[in-house]
Amino acid sequence: MSATTESPRGTKLPSALPQRTHDGARRQYIYLAVGLVVLFFLPFVLPESSQPVLVRTLIYGIMAVGWNLMSGYGGMFSFGHAAFFGVGAYTDAVLLTNFGISPWIAMIIGAVFSAGVGVLIAYLCLRYKLAGSYFALATFAFAQMFLLLAQNLELVNRTEGINIPLLPEDSWAMLQFGQDSFNYYWIPLLLLAAAVAVTIAFVYSRPGRYTQAIRDDPVAAESLGIPIMKYRLITVALSCAITSIAGSYYTQYYLFVGPEQAFSMHVSTDAIVPAVIGGVGTIWGPLIGAAVVGPLSELVAAVVRNPPPFLEFLQGVSGLDVAIYAVLLIVIVVFLPKGIYGTIRERLRK
Amino acid sequence: MSILKLEGLSKSFGGLRALRDVTVEIPEREFFGIIGPNGAGKTTLFSVIAGQLGPTSGRVVFDGQDITGWSADKVAGAGLVRTFQLMRPFESMTVLDNVSIASHRRFRSTAKSRDHAAEVIERVGLSQYLNKMSGTLPTAGLKRLELARALALEPKILLLDEVLAGLVPTERAPIIDLLRDIHRDGVTVMFVEHIMAAVMALSERLLVMHEGAELTLGVPEDVVQDPRVVEAYLGEDF
Repeated sequence: MSATTESPRGTKLPSALPQRTHDGARRQYIYLAVGLVVLFFLPFVLPESSQPVLVRTLIYGIMAVGWNLMSGYGGMFSFGHAAFFGVGAYTDAVLLTNFGISPWIAMIIGAVFSAGVGVLIAYLCLRYKLAGSYFALATFAFAQMFLLLAQNLELVNRTEGINIPLLPEDSWAMLQFGQDSFNYYWIPLLLLAAAVAVTIAFVYSRPGRYTQAIRDDPVAAESLGIPIMKYRLITVALSCAITSIAGSYYTQYYLFVGPEQAFSMHVSTDAIVPAVIGGVGTIWGPLIGAAVVGPLSELVAAVVRNPPPFLEFLQGVSGLDVAIYAVLLIVIVVFLPKGIYGTIRERLRK
Repeated sequence: MSILKLEGLSKSFGGLRALRDVTVEIPEREFFGIIGPNGAGKTTLFSVIAGQLGPTSGRVVFDGQDITGWSADKVAGAGLVRTFQLMRPFESMTVLDNVSIASHRRFRSTAKSRDHAAEVIERVGLSQYLNKMSGTLPTAGLKRLELARALALEPKILLLDEVLAGLVPTERAPIIDLLRDIHRDGVTVMFVEHIMAAVMALSERLLVMHEGAELTLGVPEDVVQDPRVVEAYLGEDF
């Protein structure tokens, strides 16, 4: 601490030095507050039938915000976030149906549990120095193990999945409301806002800045005294907890969860695609990506259900959404390599 | 009192013996040079001391403490800091943030760590690049950035790996002055260098390495006269 007294603080500083952290973080919180207010009123202006799309979009948003912490800011590309989404979804279902535990509490327990699972998986991968595509493949393999586990465990009703019993009346404690209640939209909106707030706080804090340094160059970061495993695992824990909350809410909204809805590869892609389309390693990218992917997936589903005459061959085709994601991803990677938000931000800075 | 003691350090990669029984004692505040042909084990020596690699055998004692086998972050935290021959900036960050990542060790708050980083950046003469992205710096700037990040940790001993490599002579002189300043402020410096003019000007003692082992160790003027050094490294013309 001696150097503090040796160098008179504040006198030698170049006057142009911006205090960007606080300003930076504060500005992001303001954007978040404004966005939250605007989105809060969205159900009043949109037709009632749009609620399922909005909710699905918000769930994508939470998943992608979670994925982005680990994969975007942490540089650990996860191809297995279904594992954490699914653990959240099933923890909620099992605790509620077996023990009558409130979904709110189950959500927290699920998040803690997912964080633990994520830390264990990441520790094993990093301990054995898996990086890049090997890391991604290992996370994918773990998610597949969870899929098999859910399909074969009596506790979670094997392939049949778990239904959440419908309650006769509205209940905040049990997170059930009348079918078209706006609460089903406002709750995930607040959860998403909380996830973004956590991201902002993290990105501008010391652990978050360490995490980004480790992503840029782990060897240099370590040689500057940063315990890289510790900060990587902190990032993973946060990421998995957030994605788990999306899973818990999914169960509550659809009142059902099965192995495919929770742990299939499809779910992992749902966390990745919005972030990649919007901009990996940015605060707002995953949200913008979700706003594209959510309505798009609904549109595709509608076309497959009831195609216009010239697209009649698409009737009942499964996997069309995946094909469209693939095309979209190729277009984005070629023309907007940093995602929609990431690329725009870069152009504006120049 | 010696600040760094290397006792019989060896490192093998499979059948390749990259370091062979290196034993050196470095007194506090010494400016200690290391030269040797490519592949002599100079960078491996740094990596073993700084914890990037564990030694196959031998001990590293720093400031009275046996730090053999410590992880790199722990060694750096204790005050033994190295730089890299190939520059390793955090490319998503500005010059200021690159250095403040190191300042964070002492200052938890981002604002305070940036204040401290700005002072260090001024000291190494990079102030005009403060808010530039680190990837846009020219080579000489990146070298200064490496130094700034290391200095921001307020090290007791600095291990500098070819900090002058890739610079033209006019860029070298100010960095040499800077190294002298750092040393004058009480930092022990161990440096690997190929630029003989700088080695002769800065080193108080000079270690010559050859095939992983010590070839000779002594005052620079004596060392460069040694016929074995001339044959192994310097060539007849020196």
